[in-house]
Amino acid sequence: MKHLLGVDQLTREELERILIRATSFAEVGRRDIKKVPTLRGRTIVNLFYEASTRTLSSFELAAKRLSADVVSVKSAGSSVDKGESLKDTVATLSAYDPAAIVIRSPHAGAAGLVARWTEASVINAGDGKHEHPTQALLDVFTLRQRLDSLEGANIWIVGDVLHSRVARSCLLAFRKLGAKVTVCGPPTLIPRGIESLGVEVSYDLDGLGDADVVYALRMQRERMTESFVPSLREYASHYQIDSRRLGPRQLLMHPGPVNRGIELSPEVIDSPQSLITAQVESGLVVRMAILYELLAGSDRARPERGPAPADTPTIGQPA
Amino acid sequence: MNVSANGASKGAEAPRLISRPGPPANLIVRGARLVDPRTKLDATRDLVVRDGEIAELAEPGGAPEIEGAEVVDGEGLLALPAFIDPHVHLRVPGQEHKEDLETGTRSAAAGGYCAVIAMANTAPPIDSAAVLGSVRDRAEREASIPVGFVANVTRAMGGAELTEMAELREVGAIGFSDDGLPIANARVLRRALQYQRLAGGVIALHEEDPDLSAGGVMHEGDVSAALGMAGVPSVSESTLIARDCSLALYEDAPIHVQHLSARTSVEEIARAKAAGVRVTCEATPHHLTLTEDAVRSLDPRFKMNPPLRAEDDRQALIEGLGDGTIDCVATDHAPHAAEEKEVPFEEAAWGVTGLETAFAALYSELVLPGVLPLELLIERMTCGGEPFGIEPPRLEKGALANITLIDPELSWTVGEEGYESRSYNNCFGGRELTGRVLMTVAAGCVAFRQRSFAMGVAP
Repeated sequence: MKHLLGVDQLTREELERILIRATSFAEVGRRDIKKVPTLRGRTIVNLFYEASTRTLSSFELAAKRLSADVVSVKSAGSSVDKGESLKDTVATLSAYDPAAIVIRSPHAGAAGLVARWTEASVINAGDGKHEHPTQALLDVFTLRQRLDSLEGANIWIVGDVLHSRVARSCLLAFRKLGAKVTVCGPPTLIPRGIESLGVEVSYDLDGLGDADVVYALRMQRERMTESFVPSLREYASHYQIDSRRLGPRQLLMHPGPVNRGIELSPEVIDSPQSLITAQVESGLVVRMAILYELLAGSDRARPERGPAPADTPTIGQPA
Repeated sequence: MNVSANGASKGAEAPRLISRPGPPANLIVRGARLVDPRTKLDATRDLVVRDGEIAELAEPGGAPEIEGAEVVDGEGLLALPAFIDPHVHLRVPGQEHKEDLETGTRSAAAGGYCAVIAMANTAPPIDSAAVLGSVRDRAEREASIPVGFVANVTRAMGGAELTEMAELREVGAIGFSDDGLPIANARVLRRALQYQRLAGGVIALHEEDPDLSAGGVMHEGDVSAALGMAGVPSVSESTLIARDCSLALYEDAPIHVQHLSARTSVEEIARAKAAGVRVTCEATPHHLTLTEDAVRSLDPRFKMNPPLRAEDDRQALIEGLGDGTIDCVATDHAPHAAEEKEVPFEEAAWGVTGLETAFAALYSELVLPGVLPLELLIERMTCGGEPFGIEPPRLEKGALANITLIDPELSWTVGEEGYESRSYNNCFGGRELTGRVLMTVAAGCVAFRQRSFAMGVAP
């Protein structure tokens, strides 16, 4: 693997390999010294064109735990607003000879373009409403800690599927691992043609009782003004996951940040079924695993320049 | 159609087509296969052009000697009436970094075209007699094939106030269009259709309900669902076509519907024609040969408006072209500079170039596999001027020479270089196409000649 651009391009084997790697990094995370020297002397650039708290911080921390040098470039506006094109920005950053560029962009396909313009490995940290593969991987990792296998599991993704890159990457990942996926939400927020991805569509929660996992999506306030839903009140009355709707054996997930009282009721967020905090924890180890796979994985030729830290697996050797 | 050869409906008016005067061709093409469905011609002949006119279609070996004439071995080549494109963007005035009249007409000639109709969504747009006059003056110096210029229907393409349509017609507007934008307000379009009775000239319509298409960047369907990009539903096109056909029927006014992309649109046109609406329409080579699947690559070369739609829509366009519901092929040649396309799909400029690949794309994808006959393709590629009062060229004795010479065997892989156009945002890049234009005679003058061919080197 050279790049991680989307779950769509990942084979099941590659996906499994990252999950296994993440498991071993989880073990490192329980040590007193949580750092390994794997990427010592290598540079990772985080290029974020959208605001992000959890994704950016977990990528920064993941890179630091692997002993890489990290630069994070944040831009409020789009590349066009700034005047410098994405292509020129990438050329500039590539001059630092980064091992990887992690990019978040409001535009679909941005990560794919960057991959064409740089020698570095490119990781898609969210491109428009297209994909958010690292989120999907951390979600799968989290789920596998609770369900041994996703094979045959019944997963419902509930909410604004139309505008959600998380929904798209997650449903692809869940399907790749054998789960049955149902997307559910107001008809205005379910994209036409989504069935072609091999998912069921439901416009109400009547069948939710069959779900093993309920994955709620963030409902953004601006969807109201765009006439997708008449009011958040009506949305909540039809689609909010609350303790009445969530059964005791069902698991609850959410990519965050949560709108308490809109897509989730406060009591389910803090319930034992909720994996929301576990998802954040997984984010760190899964992103370490992704960086490792792309930059030091077994099938990656080691670059000629730069120090090559240890050919044998270095996990567990404190820096 | 009651028009003279230059397309003027009244003797006193300015000619509708403008080009740089050139020396009349003297040319003999020996032993080519001449195909012209309009004159029921399909035979091997020696084609003789003298002083820019077709002088003779002689039996092979029967061509007379002409002093100083260029002689071309046409064996194995097709000699066809040259094509007319009712829809190109030559970007003059104001966007000469994308294209200008010289490069644009050279590109058209390289694609086998003998005339093109240029759209008016320029910067500034062609909405006044002064702007129209200036581009026509430039065409007289720079255009290697005849160009007709449409003028805008509304001032500044604002969709609110009509342009001085009658004066624009007097100065030479070949028709009217706000192409690039729909005329969203039905009352404004109705006034234009009424005023057309005074001004004349067909109104060519870009059909897209802006409320339904708002925010969309590609066809709404399976692929947009998979990519998470906002879709342009096919009904944004067909609902506006239905509205405008009703208006055209009510006002008994001629309209030309541009770049059909959807099955529902073809169905609306078929209904309207059956009901007696004076409507013609066009489809592009890219909508006839590509689908939304190409957009999975997220390559901005596949971003155009209307978008590439589903396979079922493409099949409907092919059927419509075959049965005459769709009157003609138009390229919607829309050149853009590299930096306007080297950005994420959603930010990229709309449009693709197409003049230099139109015939080869349709010949390779539709004629060679046996989907459409060659004769039909020739008919549909030559009649694009008819809605604007321009007769299709003919291969017959005494006609002004408008001829394209094509090697139907020559294949090449479309690349990014070697275009006559200033831009290379072509959506067929990387595909192998067959059917290369070697030479084009437009309005009696040699307008294009492939170099290796002119050097006498067999391509």
